[in-house]
Amino acid sequence: MENTTHTIQLTLKPGQHDGDGQRVAEAAARHLGLATGRVRSAALYTVRYPLTETQLSDFATRCLADPVLHDVRLNEVTAAPGFATYILVARRPGVTDDEGTSAQNALADILNEPLDVHTQHIFSKKLYLLENDLPETDLRRIAEELLGNKLINWLEVGRVADGIRDYTPRPGGGAEAITEVISLTGRTDAELVQLSKENIYALNLEEMRAVRDYFAAAETQAERKAAGLPVDPTDCELEIIAQTWSEHCKHKEFSALINYKDLETGEEKQVDSLFKTYIKDATSEVDRQLRANGNDWLIKVFSDNAGAVRINPGSLFVWKVETHNSPSAIDPYGGAITGILGNNRDPLATGIGGARLLFNTNVLCFGNPEFHGQLLTGQLHPRRILEGVRKGIEDGGNKSGVPTVNGAIVFDDRYAGKPLVYCGTGAVMPMQFAGLDSWEKKIDAGDRIIMAGGRVGKDGIHGATFSSIELDETAPATAVQIGSPITQKLAMDFLMLAARRGLLKCSTDNGAGGLSSSVGELAGISGGAVVELERVPLKYPGLRPWEIFVSESQERFTLVVEPGKMAEITALGQEMEVELTDIGHFTSDGFLDVRFDGAPVARLNMHFLHDGVPRKILEAEWTKPTAAEPQVPAETDYTETLLKLLGSLNICSRESVIRQYDHEVKGRTIVKPLMGATGQAPQDAAVVRFNFESWEGVAVSNGIIPRYGDLDAYDMSAGSFDEAVRQIIAVGGKLPNLTPGDGIFWSVNDNFCVPDSVYDPVSNPDGKQKLAKLVRMCEALRDATAAYCIPLTSGKDSMKNDFKADGVKISVPPTVLYSMTAKMQDVRRAVTSDFKQADDVVYLLGETHDELGGSEFYNLFGELGANVPKVDFEKAKALYNLVGQANDQNLIQSCHDLSDGGLAVALAETTFGYGYGADIELPETDLSLATQLFSESHSRFLATVAPEDVVAFEQLLGDRATRLGRVTLDGQLTVRHAGQTVISANTATLRAAWTNGPVNKLLGVSSSTLSH
Amino acid sequence: MVHALILTGFGINCEEEFAAAYRLAGAEATIVHLNQVLHGQVSIHDFDILNFPGGFSFGDDLGSGVVLANKLRYRQNGPDGRTLLDDIKQFIADGKFVFGICNGFQVLVKLGLLPNISGDVTPEVTLTHNASGRYEDRWVTLRVNPVSHTPFLKGIDTLEVPVRHGEGRLVIPDAATQAAIESAGLNCLTYADFDGGPTDVYPFNPNGAALNCAGLTDPTGQVFGLMPHPEAFLSAYNHPDWARRRRQNPAASEEGDGLKIFKNIVAHIAQKNTVTAPAVQLANQN
Repeated sequence: MENTTHTIQLTLKPGQHDGDGQRVAEAAARHLGLATGRVRSAALYTVRYPLTETQLSDFATRCLADPVLHDVRLNEVTAAPGFATYILVARRPGVTDDEGTSAQNALADILNEPLDVHTQHIFSKKLYLLENDLPETDLRRIAEELLGNKLINWLEVGRVADGIRDYTPRPGGGAEAITEVISLTGRTDAELVQLSKENIYALNLEEMRAVRDYFAAAETQAERKAAGLPVDPTDCELEIIAQTWSEHCKHKEFSALINYKDLETGEEKQVDSLFKTYIKDATSEVDRQLRANGNDWLIKVFSDNAGAVRINPGSLFVWKVETHNSPSAIDPYGGAITGILGNNRDPLATGIGGARLLFNTNVLCFGNPEFHGQLLTGQLHPRRILEGVRKGIEDGGNKSGVPTVNGAIVFDDRYAGKPLVYCGTGAVMPMQFAGLDSWEKKIDAGDRIIMAGGRVGKDGIHGATFSSIELDETAPATAVQIGSPITQKLAMDFLMLAARRGLLKCSTDNGAGGLSSSVGELAGISGGAVVELERVPLKYPGLRPWEIFVSESQERFTLVVEPGKMAEITALGQEMEVELTDIGHFTSDGFLDVRFDGAPVARLNMHFLHDGVPRKILEAEWTKPTAAEPQVPAETDYTETLLKLLGSLNICSRESVIRQYDHEVKGRTIVKPLMGATGQAPQDAAVVRFNFESWEGVAVSNGIIPRYGDLDAYDMSAGSFDEAVRQIIAVGGKLPNLTPGDGIFWSVNDNFCVPDSVYDPVSNPDGKQKLAKLVRMCEALRDATAAYCIPLTSGKDSMKNDFKADGVKISVPPTVLYSMTAKMQDVRRAVTSDFKQADDVVYLLGETHDELGGSEFYNLFGELGANVPKVDFEKAKALYNLVGQANDQNLIQSCHDLSDGGLAVALAETTFGYGYGADIELPETDLSLATQLFSESHSRFLATVAPEDVVAFEQLLGDRATRLGRVTLDGQLTVRHAGQTVISANTATLRAAWTNGPVNKLLGVSSSTLSH
Repeated sequence: MVHALILTGFGINCEEEFAAAYRLAGAEATIVHLNQVLHGQVSIHDFDILNFPGGFSFGDDLGSGVVLANKLRYRQNGPDGRTLLDDIKQFIADGKFVFGICNGFQVLVKLGLLPNISGDVTPEVTLTHNASGRYEDRWVTLRVNPVSHTPFLKGIDTLEVPVRHGEGRLVIPDAATQAAIESAGLNCLTYADFDGGPTDVYPFNPNGAALNCAGLTDPTGQVFGLMPHPEAFLSAYNHPDWARRRRQNPAASEEGDGLKIFKNIVAHIAQKNTVTAPAVQLANQN
């Protein structure tokens, strides 16, 4: 007799190593102080599909179990003797279950029958058995803090003796597919605001009034009557407007009119849109200069999912960096993985779509992972956020086959509420697909709207609006999205082939705002669209029409296909097992028209939708923070200080994180994050070649220095920009536009992440100062792009990075990340940071100033200081040009940029690659010894030159190069000043201090396993 | 011309560098979606060597390579109930070659094509989670077992390559199987320390594999698989220490160590093909 529900339990055979169980026991002891005794892990599969006993047994033993590793139990959930308690980790209804899906694939193969893989028949779970008889509260802590997240997992705990409670989700059964009407007329201002808050529209009063007025207008009324819509807006219409007008999608604050006052100088001015003034116009000016000099490689900026520049006559480089902060705060793993996959979709769906992804980068900002205080309600421990985000990046990048080539981690307690998770992706696209320009998005009325990839569920509803407000303890569970890298990989493979066969007219990704956003934006090109929502395939029944339209279920693309190509593209989708659904067509009647089963659920004027949002007027006031230089005791021996710096949170090795990312899949990574014979020399920028046929490639860097913003946001932004530029110069890159038609492209993304910067006397009393910081950050950006002639090609702003709970608000410091890419003509000429040979001469390039303000050195003393490093763009540019010329002549053997920890830390790091030492004599200058060693003045490098090249090098660099000493064989770093030895350490000791720092320790990598 | 078939799709992601390796070695490489083979649009028998690249086939959700191996073993293609594994057995019996890297190696092991001591293609060993419990990308040194006799490794003594996996620990269930593997030299590659000797010390042995084994062949030497990625070391500039090495030896070859394996097998097949019948006409799959 066939039974329709079965359970399969896999346990490891006696004697097999249970790494998973062991890690749970260790983590419980280490992070929660709980003694679990032995922990055994088991995999559980619940199968809701008619199977005979033989079929079930065959499936379990031949498909799921590894004959070498596993014992199989069928239809019994029991524990081996000796285990007192258990934790069952299942998924909540509707949460993505890739393991279950794969098991279904396997079942279909062994049965040799078609089995709808889009309906969930198999549910995977994990069972942990604990030796010790822990009380339920302790079991819950282990379950909730180490094993699962309450928002996505269903957790059962208890005593084995009481029977193991199983749980299998039953998704669906929710609301019927009805559309409600919400009347706005007659509502008071307070009621409008209340409505916005209750429904998570994230619209302010003025915006709500504009919506009310649109629907009240006689013209609208007449149109609605004619089209058969109710007088009042539908729930779907309000959701579409809220999504389209969200800060996340509309960048209202970057477009606002800002009244700026400098209280220091008395200067007052009005900024007519930060984006237009400081980003768009600045790039237009750069483009003008580039073109005047025959450099016409800037192809597409700001107007698509990613920016595009020309590599050579045949191909484009596409580059996008985004953030995924709010989701990562409440579900770090899911937030990070959907961040990566979502950002991947941007270059994939730029222009026609189908670019080939080349690499990922990521920059992460976390609170101190060793935090020991009390957490706020709903706040996750920073260590948990770090580990979850790290794992999300691992799976998001590795499982997509995209190398993670570069990144950074910044720690600051103010990121303990909301972490910042920046994801960047570079891609290569041919200039043409089937004879059409690949970067263009063209749509005509009549073209079909095709949804491709994953199905739609309740996941991610309100993501766009939710990320536009501050986080609090009531964050909705539906805002969480779970990524499925394998689903996206299939869609990505399909998209590449469909584009190359000329089957796509264009495409875009479904990210924030789901179909509402993707179709709404594409409809702007043709002038309208009709969507038939009942056709959209769902993960499970029970979604209302508006939910289907705004759901942010992942791994989906919206494709534009000409009717005549439907048959061919449908066949390709079937061949590659990617679900394609025709959900409507584009029009040119000026309306976004959404229907369900033929009945209208939304009909909005496109002009109102895209241009009807009222403009914000914001106030900014700049007061210079009072700051003073501290008295720090002068030392004669700074060896101990250097060791402390190397082991400090913001400088120490990230090897344990880096090695869990695949940084060389595709076989094109030339400069990796860690290099040298030891594999432990940190590099400044990554270098990746484009293909195997030429040596052309791209250098990739990230500049971010939030702590300088506490002294001056302008200098912080300028310094971050310079840091990213000099990292590319360090690896052998060259500034753009130095010679006519040199074709050295640069493509930069700016990503601003700031706290709520809209003034409110009660809830945000320092809002004007915060906004002034943002204005200053943008001013620096404009100055930097002009000075270096480097264009911005895309970017993002995230405006409400605050976490509020229990009456406490944790706000991120104003942060900007500049993510830079630049063409490398020949990757074989790349320069790495580590010393190459004994007797090479060591130089400091650039000028050191009395600029210890905001330094890691001061931070050791708990001081901030006052003298923040400033960028002299003209001097910096002159130096970068000379370094480029020196590289043209092959004069530089190693080059490392000076940043956190200054010269002393750079000296130590350059010895990490092989075991060479250095003999250094600091010059006599006006600067104090501590300043010479630890100042973080910008635009500086530590470079080495072969003895035979010293004359040529010094002639070229002149007084911009200060000779410091030479590389030695003895593995000893010795620094002398004024006749005294001020640092003397074995480089192995320095490296051990660096590798045994808090990050590697936290992630469980001990010194013996790292140093060799 | 030697013809290499490289499978892709369903999460496989190292197909491009795999194809580049064959092209650099002078062969013709064709990348084909697995469904094109399963649905009969492409026949493996038109090729000289069948290749399973690395990646995360089906997300590795049930264990690395499991779902793909399952598909090859059980999915019946066409009315005669033939599986792709049936075709692969025929392919090997015809004297042709099968090569798996990383996830591809895992597939060959889970299918039982490696080590295949018994000759009946049932799983005899397995590859599972690294002893460290984590995925790792790091470079290792391999030593070729002098007892092994596969043409893939001819003339190679040691080899530097990156590993990039979370489930590369070879587990051999019993002493008899281990003895059979060792006596036939099927454990053709061993993780080595700085002195070139086999080692069980992390991170030189990155996963804690039995016999410190990084790769296996079958008794014929025609089927070969390994956890590390030779196709990621086609150019000297892939090595983490390339810059210092080129300084020491500017005249050194610009080829990477990994390319040697591909050159070996391409040369071997080319030579074999010249003494036997010319290759059959090929369907154009580009």
